Amino acid sequence: MCGNEALAEAAIIAGCDAYFGYPITPQNEITAYMSKRMPEEGRVFVQSESELAAINMVFGASATGKRAMTTSSSPGISLMQEGISYLAGAELPAVVVNVMRGGPGLGNIAPSQGDYFQATRGGGHGDYRTIVLGPSSVQELVDCMPLAFDLADQYRMTVVVLADGILGQMMEPIVLNGSMSDKKVHPEPKNHILRGGSDRNKTKQSQADLWCGARRKLPPKDWTLTGAEGREQNIVRSLWLKEGVLEELNYKLQAKYKQIEKNEVLCEQYEVAAAEIVVVAYGVAARIVRSAVEKAREEGIKAGWLRPITLWPFPHEQVSCAAEDLKIFLTVELSCGQMVEDVKLAVAGKAPVLFYGRPGGGVPTVDEVLEKIRQLSIKHETKN
Amino acid sequence: METVFKRTPTLKDSITHYCPGCGHGIAHRLIAEVIDELGIRGRTIGIAPVGCAVLAYDYLDVDMVEVAHGRAPAVATGMKRTNPDKIIFSYQGDGDLASIGAGEILHAAHRGEQITVIFINNAVYGMTGGQMAPTTVLGQVTATTPTGRQSTGQGYPLQVCELLAVLPGTIYIERCALSSPARVRKAKKAIKHAFELQVNGAQGLSLVELLSPCPTYWRMTPAEAMEWIENELTKVFPLGRLKNSVSRET
Repeated sequence: MCGNEALAEAAIIAGCDAYFGYPITPQNEITAYMSKRMPEEGRVFVQSESELAAINMVFGASATGKRAMTTSSSPGISLMQEGISYLAGAELPAVVVNVMRGGPGLGNIAPSQGDYFQATRGGGHGDYRTIVLGPSSVQELVDCMPLAFDLADQYRMTVVVLADGILGQMMEPIVLNGSMSDKKVHPEPKNHILRGGSDRNKTKQSQADLWCGARRKLPPKDWTLTGAEGREQNIVRSLWLKEGVLEELNYKLQAKYKQIEKNEVLCEQYEVAAAEIVVVAYGVAARIVRSAVEKAREEGIKAGWLRPITLWPFPHEQVSCAAEDLKIFLTVELSCGQMVEDVKLAVAGKAPVLFYGRPGGGVPTVDEVLEKIRQLSIKHETKN
Repeated sequence: METVFKRTPTLKDSITHYCPGCGHGIAHRLIAEVIDELGIRGRTIGIAPVGCAVLAYDYLDVDMVEVAHGRAPAVATGMKRTNPDKIIFSYQGDGDLASIGAGEILHAAHRGEQITVIFINNAVYGMTGGQMAPTTVLGQVTATTPTGRQSTGQGYPLQVCELLAVLPGTIYIERCALSSPARVRKAKKAIKHAFELQVNGAQGLSLVELLSPCPTYWRMTPAEAMEWIENELTKVFPLGRLKNSVSRET
């Protein structure tokens, strides 16, 4: 099973009632998989005429209280931004998977992380946010699907799963619904800082808890459109013409976003406290970084890594804490530098923040990153 | 004294925001009457367009959603596929359905979605200030055709019913007008039939186009607007049932 198929099956297990999608490479396996599996489960699959239609089909299903998702890749996600903005305005839950490819424009079909800005800044018009999850393995793709649906329902908003062409296409051994059967209810979600590396057993435990065990107690969907039998009409809307009403809605949304920033940050870190060089990366880039840091440490370089799992809310506090000591930050991305801006905001001038990345489908190698770490190590020593 | 006419329960008792002589009020009432006559208020979900009728939920007392410009047929698809027991209708104007949402209505019809579409054609954009619509007739003066619409460069009026009737996914297509009491009664019959088809589980999309007056942007009195529908608009958009085939080829 490739990453695309695995996440599709995970969505079904997570209770996805309806899937709407338009083919685009490198995520076509999802649409094909759903076309077979959703009808088998008695659920809805529609191949839409466009990404515009797909996101609006999600909008329709979601307005009636169903769990709905769509998937696409970068150019298609651009087309969906109108719908995502309307979902935000109408406060409708939705799950959108972006298997990123090279851009801008038609770009290419190689892996990329060029849509970080679009995903973490809302993407469409208006003052809004989407929760953005950045899995870095096929297992995490699988594990983040129930979390994505739960977060969407809990906060009545869009959750974007930001994957890339490598994750979508690669095959890795996975457990599909391991701890899913054990549906623990966590009424009060807490910030998680996951630790990797030397503490591996503990990491696995907390990962399982985090992704799979943390099924939430979700609010009732009393706002949905089901036909107004025996009650007053429900209206799902995003137009508020009366003076001050839209302003109030925006404050309400911002208060919700503050809650999310407080409660839902996820990140993983390794040997950050004792590190002189902290490499920050997410998704597939984090895997390259992990290997490079391991090699650097074998050479005696004091390096560690920090991996944001939620890209919004960004782990500002964790990055900021790490910047208290004298460190150098290196951000590695499959882009010309997007997340690095969030790292800089979090570091707030307390430490140098450098960048290494390759755009347009280029993938940094372990050796390239290692060489960068070596150079910074020399700089760090010269400075002290 | 005998009551011969009263507001139907599904039509809310609200003050209208529509201009004097506008056809939306008539169309809303007909839909509300049909919903009440069929007894389907409790399982009906309506979709309001972007345009003058964006506030349709202020008048129609059913569960309603307001969606992006032109996307109603896609939203309706998402609703009906996940809720086959519900009655889903969209209410769309000519800018919404025939221009920006041309793709969505074409493909919802093409897929044979089991939805009911009420298409208000007043040959002009109302909400944005009277600009040319795809259905604006040749020679018609609008805010963006100051010397009258020319076929060269601005195209011909788009005949939506004729376009959709040829698709196997549609089961019922009729064009009516709101220009006289007799025409209004006929329009109600058409709307009722379109809803009944969905209630009976007929496989396919039904659409009723209503030629509707916009005195404000036609720069006419309400009476003149009604006459203009009869004398001019119906020449370009002939009234009648273009399609009624309950069992669609599979």
